[in-house]
Amino acid sequence: MTQVTMTVNGKSVSGKVEGRTLLAEFLREGLRLTGTHVGCDTSQCGACVVHVNGKAIKSCTALVADLDGADVRTIEGMANPDGSLSSLQQAFQDHHGLQCGFCTPGMVMSAAALLKENPKPTEHEVRGYLEGNICRCTGYHNIVKAIMAASGQDVSQIAAE
Amino acid sequence: MYNFEFAKPATITDAVKALAAEDAQALGGGQTLLPTMKQRLASPATLVSLNAIPEMIGVCVNDKGEVCIGGATTHATVAQEARAHYPGLAALASQIGDPAVRNRGTIGGSLANNDPSACYPAAALGSGALIKTNSRDIAADAYFQGMFATALAPGEIITEVRFPVPQKSNYQKFVQPASRFALVGVFVAKYADGVRVAVTGASTDGVFRWAEAEAALSADFAKGAIDALSPPKGDMIADLHGSADYRAHLVKVMTGRAVAAAG
Repeated sequence: MTQVTMTVNGKSVSGKVEGRTLLAEFLREGLRLTGTHVGCDTSQCGACVVHVNGKAIKSCTALVADLDGADVRTIEGMANPDGSLSSLQQAFQDHHGLQCGFCTPGMVMSAAALLKENPKPTEHEVRGYLEGNICRCTGYHNIVKAIMAASGQDVSQIAAE
Repeated sequence: MYNFEFAKPATITDAVKALAAEDAQALGGGQTLLPTMKQRLASPATLVSLNAIPEMIGVCVNDKGEVCIGGATTHATVAQEARAHYPGLAALASQIGDPAVRNRGTIGGSLANNDPSACYPAAALGSGALIKTNSRDIAADAYFQGMFATALAPGEIITEVRFPVPQKSNYQKFVQPASRFALVGVFVAKYADGVRVAVTGASTDGVFRWAEAEAALSADFAKGAIDALSPPKGDMIADLHGSADYRAHLVKVMTGRAVAAAG
């Protein structure tokens, strides 16, 4: 067992973990932060994307023991301090960027990482950045639209196909 | 996955010591190793993380003008920090996997694994890179020894990779649409003393150099210079994604595109 301490959504957490404990398991089962979803468990679907030290990673393919001291942010840490949705989350709701919602936590975390790197991405750049996030409901159009809207761009000309 | 002991040394010396344990395995970014362990296709007794060794992380340029990349440097960091020094290499790194994978996966991990469809082997072989380990220097031409096979001895760690910077270079990847791995990827680099063409994804022997194309392009670095060539011979991979002939054909097409894009 390995002793780890990390910051999750601004709070310090610590515990003993097995070497094989994945970050996704630690978040979901250890901390009961079940907003982080595990879709494929093979690092392809992106539902488990969280931020570690400010960068988007797939939490199903990272060991907690390897992330001792890390600063982790999950979907539970994305809302505004008063509990209202962040502008990015609100854009997903406004533009119908989700149907079943399973992929949404990963989509929001990837989108937030994109907008931090590139505050006004083109549609092509948004689609490229979401290459590792799979959605089986929406066909992506409204997800892309929501992210473009959250970046302050006019999306009235993007058709809701 | 089966459980294992976990070690996270802070120096190369300590990592080499930890890897001397029975069934110990080095862990880079884990983007291949962890899925492999989940499937129980690998079950090391000890995992030795190479992610906390400062001397193995970062991109710099040495006094010979070579780009030197620490073995534990992520693809995202290479894509960003090598751009000003070796744009062809940075562009290749920016196309590996997806953004989240690039934030974890490392150059040393990719080269040590030597997946036959991985991108980095094409850059290393196509640049005639030097692979530095904890114990020796290995030329790229001697390093790649077939599918998932390299010159690394058990417990040997890639500490740094040194890339001579070409005059022009480009990487063209024809992605397998589901996995986004290279169905065929071609890295072309034009140096003062000749052109190197390295092909990944196509051969059952892993990455290889296409000698005929190198000769033709060294004489005339133009897309048309390879028109008369037959696609490369060799044991091309044949699977449901493409036949051997299809892959061989793609090698020629992607080589032409890389030359055109390199300018």
